[in-house]
Amino acid sequence: MIAIRFEHVSKWYPRYHQVLRGFKTSLLHLSETIRSFRQGKFMALDDVSFELEKGETVGLIGPNGSGKSTAMALIAGVLKANSGRVDVQGRICPLLELGAGFHPELTGRENIILNGVLMGLTRQEVLDRMDEIIAFSELESFLDQPLRIYSTGMVARLGFSVAVHLEPDILLIDEILAVGDLHFQARCREKIDEFRKRGVTIVLVSHSTDEIRRLCDRAVWLEQGRVAGEGEPGLLLSRYAERDLPLCGPAAPAPA
Amino acid sequence: MAQRECGASRSMRNSQRTHGSYLKDLLFVLTQKEIKLRYKNTWLGYIWSVANPLAFALIYFIAFGIFMRVQIQNYPLFLIAGLFPWQWLAHSLSAAPNIFLANASLIKKVRFPSNVLVASTVLNAGIHFVFSIPVILGFLLAYGLVPSWSWLVGIPVFVLAQFMSVYGLALAIASLNLFFRDLDRLTSLVVTMLFFLTPIVYSSSMIPAQYQMFVYLNPVAPLMLGWQQLFLAGELNWSLIAASYLYALLFLGVGSLIYQKLSWKFAEVV
Repeated sequence: MIAIRFEHVSKWYPRYHQVLRGFKTSLLHLSETIRSFRQGKFMALDDVSFELEKGETVGLIGPNGSGKSTAMALIAGVLKANSGRVDVQGRICPLLELGAGFHPELTGRENIILNGVLMGLTRQEVLDRMDEIIAFSELESFLDQPLRIYSTGMVARLGFSVAVHLEPDILLIDEILAVGDLHFQARCREKIDEFRKRGVTIVLVSHSTDEIRRLCDRAVWLEQGRVAGEGEPGLLLSRYAERDLPLCGPAAPAPA
Repeated sequence: MAQRECGASRSMRNSQRTHGSYLKDLLFVLTQKEIKLRYKNTWLGYIWSVANPLAFALIYFIAFGIFMRVQIQNYPLFLIAGLFPWQWLAHSLSAAPNIFLANASLIKKVRFPSNVLVASTVLNAGIHFVFSIPVILGFLLAYGLVPSWSWLVGIPVFVLAQFMSVYGLALAIASLNLFFRDLDRLTSLVVTMLFFLTPIVYSSSMIPAQYQMFVYLNPVAPLMLGWQQLFLAGELNWSLIAASYLYALLFLGVGSLIYQKLSWKFAEVV
């Protein structure tokens, strides 16, 4: 069964969105930039097709501005494709960047309810899961403190704990696992493994090659809005690393 | 077609009714958040929400009542009866341009009914207004007047009309501001202009006869006049109520239409 299908999907932004890619990228790919300016639009995704089977864990790799986040936003349904078709089957749960949907002045407990409802549960459903969420976050002693006293990692833990208890069919993880401490990262990996066993489809955007290698069944490599490769993560990552060497030097496998 | 139940719970897919109860929960949680935030760091929260219109009433009383000698009976009371509901409108509309911007990170990632953010802002200001009605009552009693039973009908009637109007306007402003960021400045200017074009610091009877008709062209005047007559005279003026609802439906319609046409693009431009 197919969970996510992109069929010749293109997404472009009017020219004034060009800066979203970052000036560095624009300058580095000057000919590309000029081409898209001439057309009056910036192609974030250009005729992209791929499929994810239900239960697959797939990593999206590629440099900044290659269209990974746009692809994620299309899956989440917050963006509309300009052409082509995006089919998504099941309930999606995006793992938010740090603190989105949270408020620093509210307590951990209040934030769990706020976040859970924003993500689509009713209040009662959140309250029913409250104990599990708290237990998973291991933040019991901070729960009635305002979020502003939490460390970065603790906020991430709280967010991840809410997200994984929403019982998603599809989990979208955009570069946020790295913030928790080692212990919590290990627990996240456990949870992700558990999700994989349960048949949850996971899309992971990460610049950590380790993470992609360890967690993903497959990887899709995006480059300037096109699919540059697709396949077994290890192989694809080494091809991707080679492509990047002349540009960014050996120390940085992916430009940050 | 694509099944996009972002976040929607399984049970929600089944019926409109459960979707309605989800929206109610979302509105509840967001409004609760606003109210909690207001009272979290300051136990004076309630005082502040009342002090602001009271301070303005005092200033206008000094400027217009004492210095310019505006002849209105119980002028401080008259000012308060208009300023309290006005504050609901003014607060909501001046907050409107930033509602979606302040939640950008959420709108970019999660598909949820973002108009509920606007509704909760307006509802929050409305709740503060309702809780300030006892202060109006207090002033009424201090001037030796008594409230009328018609309040029990009039307050819900005007609260609903004002909520619809303000929500519609705020939704339009919040949506359009993502595309034209200058709307922020324009809004505060228009709100100030509207304030002085609405009979709040002066009474509608002071307007020269040949301009009287223009009062009804001011879309918020029927509401404010309605509140004044209700609070001061205990009167339910049905033509004001009709006019208020006419504008309310208009604003609600226009606001919803604008939101509906633009909201799919929010994540791109926010």
